[in-house]
Amino acid sequence: MTDITAPKPTARRGLGGTVRWDTAVGVLLVLLLLFSFSFVDNFGNALNVSFLIGNTLPIALIALPMTMLVVSGEVDLSVGSTVGLSSAVMGALWNQGMAIETIIPICLVLGVVCGLVNGLLVTRLGLPSLAVTIGTMAAYRGIAQIVLGSDSVTDFPSQYLDFGAGHFGDTFIPYAALPFVVLLAIAVVVLHGTPVGRSLFAIGASEEAARFAGIRVKRLKLSMFVTTGLLSALTGVFWTLHYASARYDNASGLELSVIAAVLLGGIDFDGGKGTLGGAIAGVFLLGTLQNVMSLVNVSAQSQILVTGVLLVISVLAPRVGRQLAQARARKKTATPPLSPAPATS
Amino acid sequence: MTMTAQPVRSESAPRPTASRQFIDKVFKARELAVAVVLVVMLLATQISNGEFLSEQGIKDLLLNSTILVLVATGQAVVVITRNVDLSVGSVLGISAFAAGNYLQSGGNSLIAVLLAVALGAVFGALNGALVSLGKVPALVVTLGTLYVVRGIDSIWVGSRQITADGLPSGFVDFGTNGISVVPYLALLTLAVLLCVGYYLRSYRSGRDMYALGSSPEAANLAGVPVRKRIMTAYVLCGALAGLAGALYLARFGNVDSATGNGYELTVVSAVVVGGVAFTGGAGTVYGAALGALLLTSINSVLPALGVSSVWVTAINGLLLLLAIAVDRILALRVAAVLRKQAAQMRSARHD
Repeated sequence: MTDITAPKPTARRGLGGTVRWDTAVGVLLVLLLLFSFSFVDNFGNALNVSFLIGNTLPIALIALPMTMLVVSGEVDLSVGSTVGLSSAVMGALWNQGMAIETIIPICLVLGVVCGLVNGLLVTRLGLPSLAVTIGTMAAYRGIAQIVLGSDSVTDFPSQYLDFGAGHFGDTFIPYAALPFVVLLAIAVVVLHGTPVGRSLFAIGASEEAARFAGIRVKRLKLSMFVTTGLLSALTGVFWTLHYASARYDNASGLELSVIAAVLLGGIDFDGGKGTLGGAIAGVFLLGTLQNVMSLVNVSAQSQILVTGVLLVISVLAPRVGRQLAQARARKKTATPPLSPAPATS
Repeated sequence: MTMTAQPVRSESAPRPTASRQFIDKVFKARELAVAVVLVVMLLATQISNGEFLSEQGIKDLLLNSTILVLVATGQAVVVITRNVDLSVGSVLGISAFAAGNYLQSGGNSLIAVLLAVALGAVFGALNGALVSLGKVPALVVTLGTLYVVRGIDSIWVGSRQITADGLPSGFVDFGTNGISVVPYLALLTLAVLLCVGYYLRSYRSGRDMYALGSSPEAANLAGVPVRKRIMTAYVLCGALAGLAGALYLARFGNVDSATGNGYELTVVSAVVVGGVAFTGGAGTVYGAALGALLLTSINSVLPALGVSSVWVTAINGLLLLLAIAVDRILALRVAAVLRKQAAQMRSARHD
């Protein structure tokens, strides 16, 4: 939460100070995939890969808006509960006999409302998003529990369930991957190719400076929270159809997986730094790692341990690297160079 | 820890100014408000359900809240320094299992408790080292150690389980008995709470925690040993989570690899509801304890009122939101009053 003295360099660097962190994560992902395809039994078959993608998609979907939120210096811990709420409402309304074509838009609107509540509390009252979303995390999960109780609803129409769980022909690509790729493309363009994206980075780097530069900080943040709510609700619909089960406790703890993956992908928790490519690489790195570990019979418990260690390393390594680089820079300036070289920053 | 430090002499403390007193009053009012809500809620429940505050009822209320109060006390110290410790649930779980495992192999009860505390302190030191030396955001680091400690716990425990019949009867009795309606566990918790409260209020290093939370840069420039204080806060928090683990074992006699799972968010809620600001530098451990008492009481009140327990989570969340919103509005009011006073003083000087 606090970063007391460390000055902020212009880009988050890897250990060596030359390789960018998100590139490193991407390379690591490719290496892991190559290794798994060649050496891990049953990894390469279509069924497993479609499992891998299907299980990772919810995290990847939410990682898109979460990356933008963290880049702008905020965080949303209520995403898992919003997924659960959307799932619970979907189940409850289906039990009432409503048509699924009306239920899904209702769930999405609900997600927008959830995001709006978070965003208004953060931007209008000026509350820290961490505290607000811990509160709404409990509140949304609680409402989901009130709505559906401990029931689970499974009898959704089969063509929708097929969309949630099926994949294209003989390939390993799930149907749901297509909308994800579209959303990913939109998100990449918005964050890295439009003034909106630049504004988010500016807000994360210095909110005050961004405001003086004429960026409408509050409105932008509010719209990011709303987008996060919307995509969480969409994920709730997908989750329900993919696992053919609407329960109030669906996706509990998902927020921590999303944040762990996003941070692993090189998004700085202090805001202002990171790329969507890195975040998505982080998501799939964690997802693949978990899949491989399950295949080679590493217990679920040890997988938690690996996730935790990776998370700690991913935040610690760049900072240690930065401090080493600073120490080196200090040494350099302590012994003045022969020719007047420009000062390294 | 820092028990060798001298208490700050009261003569040297600066006289509180009028504005200072006003702020103090607001925060005192905050603890008072939580206490009033708690009392009103308990009385209302008692009126509608005469059984609620029976001897056993009071005992259950106190017993249920002790563990949360202990962890919230430690967490409050960390939050006051503008950090957070999300790993407390995992630390509680692993300490409880460590103590239980030791007791099952015929160990001494007191040593088992100390073992749990020491283990908690070790994990606290790990968190403190990562946060203070690595200068990494506390939320992220402790999220990582939450996973790491839970992972270690799960691998170590596996599918084993500790049950009450494997524990010495004296230890289990300690967890349920007490002096009339007050359980021993509650007395122990109260003692710890008073000690930590006194330390934060009257020792230099305790005051440093507030300075650190109010403005880390200013505290650093004022010569507060920032790293050492953050370390102290985390070790204290970890040790109390460990102690809570031992008490959990004594109270429930049942520990497996999922013990304390998801506890961190309840603890953070309790602390924030009790008026310890997430932005650091404000609040007391007594407030946090009241917050913990309030949250656990709701869990008992709802069934006693015949409300379904599915409402508990939603109410907890709304309570947390209400608490931080009220805090914020009060803080804005205080700021407005201070500005006004400053303006008046300026104009008085110019006259």
